[in-house]
Order: sequence, then structure tokens, then C-alpha cells
Amino acid sequence: MNEKDYQNIPEEKFRLANRTDKHDQKFDTKAVGYFGDAWNRFRKNKSSVVAACVIRILVLYAIIGPYCCNADYKAAYATDNTIMRYQYLLPKIKALEGTGIWDGTQVISVSENRYYRLLGQQEETGNKIIVDIVDKYTKDDIFRGRQTFYKLRIDSYGSCSAFEVTMTYAQYEQLQKWQDENNMQVIMPRTNVDIIGGDKNVWFQCDRKGNPVFDRNGNFISSYVQEGEDGYFSKMRLESDPYNKGDKTNAYRYAQRTGTAETGYNYVVRVNAYKYFQYRYGFEPSFIFGTDTHGYDIFSRLASGARFSFILAILVSVVNLSIGAVYGAIEGYYGGTIDLIMERISDILSGIPFMVVTVLFNLHLSGKVGTIPSLIYAFILTGWIGMASRVRMQFYRFKNQEYVLAARTLGASDWSIMFKHIFPNSLGTIITGSVMVIPGVIFEETSLTYLGIINLDSPVMSSVGSMLANGQSIMTAYPHIMMFPALFIALLEISFNLFGNGLRDAFNPSLRGTED
Amino acid sequence: MYLFKYVLKRIGLMLMTFFIITTICFVLVKMLPSLPAEQFGKDMALIMQRRELLGYNLPIMQQYARFWKYAFQGNFGISEVLYIGQDVWKVFVQKLPYTVAVNVYSILVSIPLGIGLGILAALKKNTWIDHFISTSVMIVVSVPSFIYAFLVQYILYFKLGWASATMDTSMGAFSWIGFKSMIPAILSMSFGTIAGFARYTRAELIEVLTSEFMLLARTKGLTKAQATIRHAMRNAMVPIFPMILGEFIYIMSGSLIIEQMFSIPGVGKLYVSSIQASPPDYNFFMLLSSFYTLIGLAAGIVIDISYSIIDPRIRMGAK
Repeated sequence: MNEKDYQNIPEEKFRLANRTDKHDQKFDTKAVGYFGDAWNRFRKNKSSVVAACVIRILVLYAIIGPYCCNADYKAAYATDNTIMRYQYLLPKIKALEGTGIWDGTQVISVSENRYYRLLGQQEETGNKIIVDIVDKYTKDDIFRGRQTFYKLRIDSYGSCSAFEVTMTYAQYEQLQKWQDENNMQVIMPRTNVDIIGGDKNVWFQCDRKGNPVFDRNGNFISSYVQEGEDGYFSKMRLESDPYNKGDKTNAYRYAQRTGTAETGYNYVVRVNAYKYFQYRYGFEPSFIFGTDTHGYDIFSRLASGARFSFILAILVSVVNLSIGAVYGAIEGYYGGTIDLIMERISDILSGIPFMVVTVLFNLHLSGKVGTIPSLIYAFILTGWIGMASRVRMQFYRFKNQEYVLAARTLGASDWSIMFKHIFPNSLGTIITGSVMVIPGVIFEETSLTYLGIINLDSPVMSSVGSMLANGQSIMTAYPHIMMFPALFIALLEISFNLFGNGLRDAFNPSLRGTED
Repeated sequence: MYLFKYVLKRIGLMLMTFFIITTICFVLVKMLPSLPAEQFGKDMALIMQRRELLGYNLPIMQQYARFWKYAFQGNFGISEVLYIGQDVWKVFVQKLPYTVAVNVYSILVSIPLGIGLGILAALKKNTWIDHFISTSVMIVVSVPSFIYAFLVQYILYFKLGWASATMDTSMGAFSWIGFKSMIPAILSMSFGTIAGFARYTRAELIEVLTSEFMLLARTKGLTKAQATIRHAMRNAMVPIFPMILGEFIYIMSGSLIIEQMFSIPGVGKLYVSSIQASPPDYNFFMLLSSFYTLIGLAAGIVIDISYSIIDPRIRMGAK
């Protein structure tokens, strides 16, 4: 055998130089990957963790919230105009009833006249309207002399008292049947219509100024229509009804028939709002966030607005992320003339004021594809530029590093260098960026809908901005209508910012391993 | 000389960008349906005749050429929808002071306050003062400005009755009455700016305070106050000063929401209504689009250049 043959050295000629086994020391600790490391660092940032929890709660609210409203009540948004009667109800949690906080009551100052009328309303309906008399004071007025005022704690649910509903005979019978079954007086006797302002709550006699007139014992004098039995009145009657004493000619009238025999009769019925609500929707009125100017339940409506905002923001951020990543990668990787031209294009696009983009897209496209898609297009048209410039910076940073050179030497294509080798390294920045895009998009969307440039309001959905605008004009009397959307958007922005900051620190490579 | 060349190059690029953006705006707005709705008492024949004379029936690019031809002569046309028959430039000049006034007052309040708070937080780093300032800044920065507007309006006007809800324009923008009625708007605009400056100043100053030349300054015998004012502040101002400059340029653009909420008759509102009107008020739209675009682009250049003026180490555009 040739001694110089180094190609085929038989195995037995080899001998261990050192007989003691030499191994690399085995790692006792588990290897920490890129994301594991980031997660470790993120976990230590308490405020970000709290923010992440808040975001999770808000998202959960946006997912579940729209279904939390009673289905019948929600269906009535589009069809039933009686929900307008339940507008301005204050936030109420059943468990807190009587505490004065979050129980649907509010302290307001009323004139003496109104105070007595509320008393009358309370007497007729049996609802507790005046929860508490806080204060009674007098004020001198140049024109009207000394006036007495009351400061009352009023239950908003009780004070929406009576209104008229027009129904068919079948509906009328059904209502009566329900009344008998549940032993609740929903149908109220009709009153004389010449009472001031057509206020259906006034069932007692008033003087010309609208002050209630009292009898000798200080009781209200009723002004119910007393025309006796005519075939379509309520089986259930008020206690004071003379019918109960057998006086059929003076019995109260409980409904008014309109229309003719050919067109079919309609029955105009005066109902107790609180009890009619129970009949119509099957639950006692109680709205955790109250109702707005249209009678919509704020809790579920805000949730539907929130759901829209989240979906829009996530969609926009995903699309912008993809476009921006590819665009920025090409810019950053090739550089030179390509970079210059592409930068100019994004410069021009970002120079067009955003408001103009949205308005023009809305005007041009919403007729063809709908308001929401046109809004999405508007967000996408300029939204990716921020992401592109971020990715471009990252590519400039990484493209001259050794591992890229190594990959190129091994014959990797441009595309695979860009997206297999460089892109994963800039992933942290990109994730942080896309998280920060979400609150930005939600803020823009809220501003646009608040200003009324984009209108998404319909019986089935709403947006946070239009809810804010809805509540703004009546902020003094009913701050809750605006408060909950404002609180939601504030909480959302704060927690997303904190969360984003935490993510940025967690993915920041310069902080890697510094805190162990 | 180097800077001069750089500025020239930037201005050239800016003009090109500006021209392309205005072209896009013009074409897009002209593509909208433009016929006014027929109404009782409107002479459609007359309207059509006027539109013919104004060149609305020409191809869009020809109309665009006409627009620049007249614009260079200082004639931006008359309003057709919002302020019928009035010169758009005159209306614009009337409204600009209101926008500028709110912004100037807001900046004058918020920049010193913001920087002051930032310095305080940085000097008292990791004490309760710093934690308090940093936390509130974090919260204030995140919350959108219209939430403050609601709060300010609710508390100052409805609850306390100290300020008026909307602006009193009877005496003009820069009058005492105007200022007094603008206070809620100024306040609600200032919160965000104060917080922004405080955060930025704190971050910058903390970085500078830990650098080595500060140690040297203390070593050579300067007191802490001297070292902070003479060395730390001047270095921290390098990135802050362009920010201030940017704020001053943007005073003209204004905040649409604040103007809307406090009924300030500024240009922001005009812009949106000009485009939402049907048919759109072309002349207002083009004037305001050009204006906003120019401000945005100019701000970018001024900020970039101010970097290299304030700190000679930074050479913009260097290879």
C-alpha cells in the first residue's frame, strides 16, 4: 500500500490522541429564541402587561358586546319607532339600585309646576320617579315674582311615562291578554286631548298655566275620557274607574278607534311606557350604559362601533404591512436609482392631505363599492408609506452584513435574500410598527366619523366617532351619551400606546440580554 | 456653499412634488359630478352659460393649464358654492387669522410648559416627580385631542361657567374678547403638545446628562446648574429646536376638529366644506390644497435644514 495515499486511510490506523472523553459542556439552560427573549423582556414591563390585558378586555367587549343587547330590542331599531320613547335613559346596573350611583337616577332642578306634574305622573303610573327630594329653594324673578324650585333625584326609567301607540285590534287584544296574565296595568285610560302641549303624561286637570288643580283633599282631579263602554276597552281597569262601582256610563275609555271599516280599524292606545317596554321586549328596562338620543342601547352600539374599528384597523394594518414590507424591501435592498424613484412616489402620495384622500375616495367610490370599502382604500392608499420607510431603514442597516454576503456567495437569489435572510431580522421593528398602526387608524376613523365626513350610522351599526358627535349637543343634560365612547377611545389609545412601547423595548436588540 | 446647493436641490424636488400633487388633486376633484342640482328659481341656462365661459366644458388638462395661468397672476377665481361670488383669496385671507391665532396662543402656552416639564422630569429622574410627569405625559399623549375638547368644554363651560363654549368673533381674531373666548380651544389644543414636548425633552436631556462631556464639565468645576444650562441644554436642544420650528410652520394648518367644536371660523373647516359641497367648490379646494401641500413640504425642508444650521456636525444629504 502506497504510504502517500491519503485518500483511503483504513479506519484501524486511526487512534485517539487523548483517551479521556472530551465533550462540549452540555447546556443546562434551555436556549432562548428571538421571540422567547422578547417575551421575557416584555413580561417584565408591568405597564405593558396591564395594557395588554386592557386591550384583551376591549377586544372581548367588541366581540361579545354587540350580542349583549336584547334581540327584540335590537330588532326594533329598524322597525319600531316607539324606541324613540326610551331615549336618554341613564346608565343603570340593577344591583346598584337605590345607591344613587349608576342606578339610572340623576339630580336635577325643576320648577314647582314640573314637580307637581311629576308627582301626578308618579301617582298614575305607580313608577317611582322622584327618588329623593334633595333641596327646595326659592328664587326671585323680575317678571314672575317668587318662584319655588325643587332639587330632585329623578329616576330616568320611571320618568318616561306614557305615550300613545297605534295598533291593530289583534295587537290590542294581545296586549290585553298579556296584561291579564301578568297582572300589570299597561293600558291607561285616554285623557282629554286639550291639555297643554299634548303631553300624554298629563292625566289630571290643570289651570291655564299648566299647574295641576287639586281638590279639597289635595288630590289630583282626573281628566280621563268618561264615555262609557263601547266594546274595545281594557278588561283590566284602574282602581278609580267608576266601572268598578257599576257605573257603566261614566266608565273610562281605554282606546280610540280610528279609520273606517274598509281600511280596517286602528286603535290608538295610551300606554304606560315602563310596562309597555316589558310587554314589548320581554324584560324590565335597564341599560348598563344607558340609551342615546335615538333610544339605542349604548352598550351594544358602542361595541358594534368598536368591533368595526378593530376590524378596520387590523385589516388596514395587515394590508399596509404587506405592501409596505415589499415596497420598503425593494427600496432598501436595491437602493440607488430605484430607491430614489420609489421614494419620490411615496413622497408624493404622502404629500396629499389625508382628509382630501378620504373625502375624494368617499365621493368617487362609495357609490360603486360602498362606504366601508372606500374608507379602507383611502387608508391603504397612503397608510403603507410609514411601514415602507421603516422596512427600508432596516434593509439599509442589514444589507451589507456578512451573512447577506455569505448568502449571496452561496447563490441565493435576491428575492430569497430579501425575504428569507434580511426580513426576519427586521421582524421586531415591523411587528411593533404594525401594532402602532392600529391606534392610529382607529383615531383617524373616529375623527372622520366624528366630523361626519364618513357616515356609518345605521340602525344595525355605528361608529365611535358618530356616537361622540351624537352626544355632544346634549352633553350638559346627558353626559353619559358621550362619556362612554370617549372613555372607550381614551382607554384604547392609552393601552395601545403602552403596549406598543413595551413591544418596542422587547424587540429592541440593543436591550437584549442587558437585564439578566 | 454646500448648504446652498443642498437647499436648492431640496427646493427643486419640492416644487416637482408640489406640482404633481396639485395635478392629482385637480384631476380628482374635476372628475366628481359637477352639475348643480336643479332648483326652483335657478336659471339653469344661465348657469350653463357661465360654466361654458369659465371653461368647465374644456378637457381637464386644458382647464388645469388655465388654472395655473390665472393663479400666477394672483387670481384664484371666485367661489361658486360656499361664498357665492366672492374672491376665494379674500375669503381665505379673512379666515387665516383665526386659525393662526388659536395655534399661536396654543404654542406660546405649550412649548415653554412642555420643555419645562421635560427638564424637570429629566433632572429629577427616577423620583416621584419624574414618575408623575412621565405617567401623565404618557396618558395625555395617547388620548385624542377631541376628548380634551369635550372635557374642557364640559368642565369650564357647563360646570364652572368660566369660559364660553364657542368663539366670539365680533372683534376679530387677535382681540382680547377673541382671546378670552378662545381659551377652551387653546387649552384643548395645548395638552397634546405639552405632553409631546415634555416626553421628547426628557428623553433627550436624560441621554445628554449621562454623556461624558457632562462629567468633564462637572470635573472642571462647574456647578450642576451651570453644567446643565451651558452644556446639557444646548445639546438637548439640537433635535428639539427643529420640532419647535415645525410647530410654528404648522400653525397655519390648524386642527379641523378643534375648529369644528369651538366654532372657530378658520381655514380647516373651509377646506372640508369646499370638497363636501355639491358640486365641490373647485377654486376653494384648489387654493387650500395647494396651500396645505406647500406648508407640509416646506415644513419638511425647513426642519431638515435647521438641523444642519443648529448643529454643524450634521450634514444633511451627505453621502
